[in-house]
Amino acid sequence: MAEIPAATGERRTGRLLASLIVVMIVFGGVGMTLLARRYWWLLPVASAHGVDVDRLIYTTFVVTGIVFVLVHILIAAFVWRFGARGTERAAYWHDDRTLELTYTLVPAAVLVTLISMGAVVWARVHGPAPADSMVVEVRGEQFGWLFRYPGPDGIFGRVDPARISPKDNPMGLDPADPASADDLVTRELHLAVNRPVRVRIRSKDVLHSFFIPAFRVKQDAVPGMTVEIWFTPTREGTYEIACAELCGIGHYIMRGKVMVESADAVQTWLAQQSH
Amino acid sequence: MAVMHEAAHEEHKLGFLQRYVFSQDHKIIGIQYMMTSLFMAAVGGVLAMLIRMELGWPGARWGLAKWLFPGGFTGDGTLKPDFYLAVVTMHGSIMIFFVLTTALSGGFGNFLIPLTIGARDMAFPFMNMLSYWLYPPAIVVLLASFFVAGGAPNAGWTAYPPLSALYNPATGTGLAAPGSGLGQSLWLVSLAILIVSFLFGSLNYITTVLQLRTRGMSMGRMPLVTWAQFTTAILMLLSFPVLFAAVVMLLFDRHLGTSFFVPSGLVVGGQLVTHQGGNPLLWQHLFWFLGHPEVYVLILPPMGIVSEILAVHGRKPIFGYKAMVASICAIAFLSFLVWGHHMFTSGMNPLVGTAFMVTTLAIAIPSAVKTFNWVATLWRARIHFTPAMLFAIGFVSLFVTGGLTGIFLGSPAVDVYFQDTFFVVAHFHFVMASAALFGLFGGLYHWFPKMFGRMMDERLGKLHFWLTFVGIYATFFPMHFLGMAGEPRRYYSPQMYDFLRGLSGLNMFVSLAAFGLGLAQLIFAYNFIRSLFRGPKAEGNPWHANTLEWQADSPPPHGNWGATLPTVHRWPYDYSVPGATEDYIPQTVPVTAAVVAGGALHHPVQGGAPDEPPTTDLNSA
Repeated sequence: MAEIPAATGERRTGRLLASLIVVMIVFGGVGMTLLARRYWWLLPVASAHGVDVDRLIYTTFVVTGIVFVLVHILIAAFVWRFGARGTERAAYWHDDRTLELTYTLVPAAVLVTLISMGAVVWARVHGPAPADSMVVEVRGEQFGWLFRYPGPDGIFGRVDPARISPKDNPMGLDPADPASADDLVTRELHLAVNRPVRVRIRSKDVLHSFFIPAFRVKQDAVPGMTVEIWFTPTREGTYEIACAELCGIGHYIMRGKVMVESADAVQTWLAQQSH
Repeated sequence: MAVMHEAAHEEHKLGFLQRYVFSQDHKIIGIQYMMTSLFMAAVGGVLAMLIRMELGWPGARWGLAKWLFPGGFTGDGTLKPDFYLAVVTMHGSIMIFFVLTTALSGGFGNFLIPLTIGARDMAFPFMNMLSYWLYPPAIVVLLASFFVAGGAPNAGWTAYPPLSALYNPATGTGLAAPGSGLGQSLWLVSLAILIVSFLFGSLNYITTVLQLRTRGMSMGRMPLVTWAQFTTAILMLLSFPVLFAAVVMLLFDRHLGTSFFVPSGLVVGGQLVTHQGGNPLLWQHLFWFLGHPEVYVLILPPMGIVSEILAVHGRKPIFGYKAMVASICAIAFLSFLVWGHHMFTSGMNPLVGTAFMVTTLAIAIPSAVKTFNWVATLWRARIHFTPAMLFAIGFVSLFVTGGLTGIFLGSPAVDVYFQDTFFVVAHFHFVMASAALFGLFGGLYHWFPKMFGRMMDERLGKLHFWLTFVGIYATFFPMHFLGMAGEPRRYYSPQMYDFLRGLSGLNMFVSLAAFGLGLAQLIFAYNFIRSLFRGPKAEGNPWHANTLEWQADSPPPHGNWGATLPTVHRWPYDYSVPGATEDYIPQTVPVTAAVVAGGALHHPVQGGAPDEPPTTDLNSA
């Protein structure tokens, strides 16, 4: 029987692969991350819970980054060192209870830690909204966002999809319901800085997703359901709303704006809208 | 001897059609699956190039592409938004269902299961033939959707209703998207046909593994590649019927006026939709109940393939065989309990999100065990850097990179930011798509000699590896940062948004890398096709491997084994056994004829079956 092809080139190939892993994956990966922090990174956080979310992201980044680098260095080292040479034999070594238990339990411990931290943040994000929250409704449609404020009575009037008319009554307000009389329907979202806001999310037609990158907020708008989330904007400014769930050919143009300003400015703006 | 006569006789009397086209031989069926899948991979790959053309240079004019895809481009050569979504949808559907599932499970499963357990064929050869022959019709129906009114579906490979559900029977076009017309129906029908094919296949695999193992081949002596195929078949059998039900329900919603997934009171295109009382989340639950096991259907077979390759080309037993089997089973079990992590932002109760976070991060533990076992297999190995081995090592790297980003996405508070951004695209292209592709390539380089009796060119294989490995990282690694910056997936163009302005350079880089990656695959195509006809003849066991398939001829004859079925005496990983004359001891070598593996027979899992030398030929008895 013919011998396996002579092993002379194996060490060379191994060293090439090891170098590629270290240079491209380890150095390249870490280097690109550093570069990305300057050019391609999360927007500066502008909501209260976003700070917790970012901390969780960074913690996960550090933990996974360490594992990423270590495992690749390990692979590179083994590939560098253990290329076939001559008629040398590999070690007949195929079980080690202690080693296997270690690399079962250590990842388990790390994951339990990350799960616990994640559960705490998730519970806070979806905990009950503070009593002084303002309330606003968001409705997605192909391809834009519509907002509704409940007005002085604080109650959203009934809507009836059959009444929807793009020009006169885009929300489909039912005039028979007295609560709908003072409802304000707008194309822009204005929020007060540092005031918690409950957002009721609905959809007129298909799935959309209400995504404000700077707030670390994303919630699908599901037809037939009203999903409520809450958050607190912490920085004045104008932020973009994007649609993050495929909703048709105009998915990529479904852009909205949210203005975060002082409570007075929001009141003034609301008063202007009612005319 | 009777069997050999019979086998030879049978081979002799079969005509060309029965031997190579409507064949019931598992090896031919496996090769048919593989060839068809490679063709579909080319189709899916071209679609990927179209996606990257658009995302690299949004709205640019492509004079040539206009002639190649007349319906998809405007007169001045820009790609139409609905065609873009059709391309995205079809790229995903084709790569997941029509390439990776069919190649890894249909191709390698069919070819390897009977050979590695010492059987002559599958338990149900006729059903096996049916399984393959449902696949080309499914392809025809799927690709036909490009040519009907409204074009191919626009709703993504996940086909979320109501976008995918609303249909105007009068005009034959979609209500909410052009592609939700007849194209979407064809997509659903195609998937239904393919699911039946998968079910025939998986029933066959499970029965074959349970019933047709040769003498001495206990479950604890099965190679890991066979364990992976067996577990994958169970996953498919349990999860695909759920998608089948969902697909039929969606077809009913579209054509028969039911409302499983469409709620009351929708207004689409200015019209009140008549459906009432359905729920879009129901589809998501049903879809992902399949969809998550499905990603393990794609990754378990490569895991098995890579375990084989690392042992054979590293000349070393796989490390932690029992832990490997246990983690395959653990991953398979847990894969049914994690579907909700696709739905953290869907409107599902947040409490349920917490439960799915726990199961999702739990599945990382067996995955970590497998990874460390592969790395430990390399320790003090004597590695032969064949193309198969290079792809196997590449697989481990890709799986680590993609697996780690899964830890971000498994945590719901973090996932809220990353869901439906390019971070997710990067994640699954590493951990599932590229890793599975590397398993596929590694497996092809490794088993090509057995499949076709010829060797592939090593130098071209290595060149293919270097370019593909660099190409994959250059294409998909930067996508993490597109996702960090918040770029949503499935956007025709990110230019509408101020916060995505700074990403155009990075997007161009990704596109150029993707084109390079695509071109590098031509090297593989050339090598593959050339080696089929011109490759040097392969001997029976060119890699000096232990498993049973390498003890048969290359390619194995009809019936695989000649007169006598092989008898198994040991586990498959006796490489570099101290004191043995060769550095490998095939499974068929009796214990008395060679040094017993260190402890391999003392473990109940690895050596449970009583060891008897073959006395009589069971089949002729």
